[in-house]
Amino acid sequence: MESGSLALQYFLSGVTKGSIYAVVAIGFNLIYSATGVLNFAQGEFVMLGGMVAVTLVHFVPLPVAVAGAVVVVCGVGCLLEILFFRKLRRHSVLHMVVITIGLSIVIQEVALHIWDEKVRSLPYFTGNEVSSLKFLGAAISPQVLWVLGTVAVTVVLLQVFLKYTLQGRAMRACSSNPEAAMLAGINIPNMRTLSFGLSAALGGLAGCVISPITMTHYEMGVPLAIKGFAAAIFGGLGNPMAAVAGGLVVGVLEAFAVSKLPAAYSDVAAFAVLLLVLFVRPHGLFGRLEGEAVREH
Amino acid sequence: MKRILLVVAGACWLGALSSVLNCPAAEETKPIKIGAIFSVTGPASFLGAPEAKTAKMLVDQINAKGGVLGRKLELVLKDSGGSSEKAVSFAKQLIEEDKVLAIIGPSTSGETMAIKSLCEENKMILISCAAADAIVNPLARYVFKTPQKDSQAATWIYHTMKGKGISKIAVLTGNDGFGASGKKQLEDLAKTEGIEILADEVYDKQATDLADVLTKVKGTPGVQAVVNWSIVPAQSIVAKNMRQLGMNIPLFQSHGFGNPKYVEQAGVAAEGTLFPAGRLLVVDELADSHPQKKVLAAYKKDYESTYKEPVSTFGGHAYDALMIVVEAIKNAGTPDREKVRDAIENLKGFVGTAGLFNYSATDHTGLDLGAFEMLTVKDGKFTIYRK
Repeated sequence: MESGSLALQYFLSGVTKGSIYAVVAIGFNLIYSATGVLNFAQGEFVMLGGMVAVTLVHFVPLPVAVAGAVVVVCGVGCLLEILFFRKLRRHSVLHMVVITIGLSIVIQEVALHIWDEKVRSLPYFTGNEVSSLKFLGAAISPQVLWVLGTVAVTVVLLQVFLKYTLQGRAMRACSSNPEAAMLAGINIPNMRTLSFGLSAALGGLAGCVISPITMTHYEMGVPLAIKGFAAAIFGGLGNPMAAVAGGLVVGVLEAFAVSKLPAAYSDVAAFAVLLLVLFVRPHGLFGRLEGEAVREH
Repeated sequence: MKRILLVVAGACWLGALSSVLNCPAAEETKPIKIGAIFSVTGPASFLGAPEAKTAKMLVDQINAKGGVLGRKLELVLKDSGGSSEKAVSFAKQLIEEDKVLAIIGPSTSGETMAIKSLCEENKMILISCAAADAIVNPLARYVFKTPQKDSQAATWIYHTMKGKGISKIAVLTGNDGFGASGKKQLEDLAKTEGIEILADEVYDKQATDLADVLTKVKGTPGVQAVVNWSIVPAQSIVAKNMRQLGMNIPLFQSHGFGNPKYVEQAGVAAEGTLFPAGRLLVVDELADSHPQKKVLAAYKKDYESTYKEPVSTFGGHAYDALMIVVEAIKNAGTPDREKVRDAIENLKGFVGTAGLFNYSATDHTGLDLGAFEMLTVKDGKFTIYRK
């Protein structure tokens, strides 16, 4: 393999990984945008999406199974918010973050009992396990294009929702100043439920599109959440577009680290760069400097 | 004086009581307790779950037929979740509280090494279902194991490569105990077998995609085959990524690939994958005269009809561990731990799922190279590899 196409191949491998991180990272942003909370159970929503879709695909066509999984996971997200957050007397960020960590463990255990410890996956949306698109001597699985397409569509829809719809604006208002939002007649608890439901739905969708590549099992959530979280921080929290850029950068960094270093160090290299960036720009690559305003777009 | 009398009377009464409790009739009707530590949940659940299911099924079967030496078996099953710390505390519990005759398991090499010396000190028989050579080397008097050794798997891979004229390879291993052990065996044996390792990479066991690592292999000139050694789902990812990148060199996997689930997950990408494994996966291809045929066919039929899932070699390791204890109790004629241990060490020609076991005072694995067969994947099914 000549060096040009080899470099391109590394880049495409990085894009494959990065697209997975990006699609997970988007989910982190929405709850953060509405509540200022980092939801550490986001990885579990991804896992649930894959699991539900794999179960449904035995009975219905693939697109219906994916849609069904998104609806189910969205429902789970809303339900969790109503059960665990609505009754909280004080909605301090720390309280809510700790609850999300607890939920993450509970969801994993429940998934283990509903399904089992086995690995499963959805079929490739187009082609199969060996098909790949070739250009300039490098290859990429068509499924990666599905992931990137999903990322692009959700980011655009999210931007439109948050910027131009009443609900979206209300959601942002809750985050920037809850008291003022309440005085303006916005039902803050309902907005929080909506944001949990939406991020769960996004997580569920992510779980479906990445399932053919990464496969789905009950413990997949935590490592994915860590990488997605890193991507979201790297890009700058609160901005879905930045999360996507962050995810792709982390993925490509890892891939090129593998080309120069032993593969065991790829995470080290990626996280070292991430730390360096955060030293210089604590608000992330594309985040805004002003503390609270970071959550606005 | 009165007080002394009272003490003496008390002592007599206690003595009488304990002799009643210890009377042989009561002892003979109590079930024989066998401890089991498996990682039924957690990252190694694909090992522990079929092992636990197998052990439960066998104990029920044996008890339905009247037990061993006229006594029922009682399985005291503990789920370690793959954690060495839990394995240690469960082992202590089984030794001190449950006072079991023997412990079967744990599922992973890491957990086994964590309790090896504990069992040895307490003179507790341990029959591990994990593969690492370190479990029986150095030899511990009370510690045995049932799976084939990693070094035997590596030897099989290298012999097959030489038959295909391959001498320059890339080695990929997962960053867990199994991968580390395999990496060491592959590197050590490469020198004596005349194989040159051109690329040697370790990847994260939770990797979601390995196209970058395989790009590196593809970019390394002269590589004739890839060996991947892991027990994690990455086994399927490696197969998929290789084919997606258009690599057509052979892929060898370790005996950890012996799980139909991974073939299913890799789909057509798994076709032609070569790996050493016991004969359980290809029982239908064995001649009726093969010494293991009867045992393997019966276990496969029982397991699959009981649990409605395909049998895996890992469950077979638990089958071997439990049946070896049962066989040794029969041979010893008494559930006395010392005598049972001696009976295990003297076991010859015992037909298990992994092969023919011949334990001795110097060999606590009991299996030779013939316990493995080189398998390949054809049309999504395991089949014996023929040149």
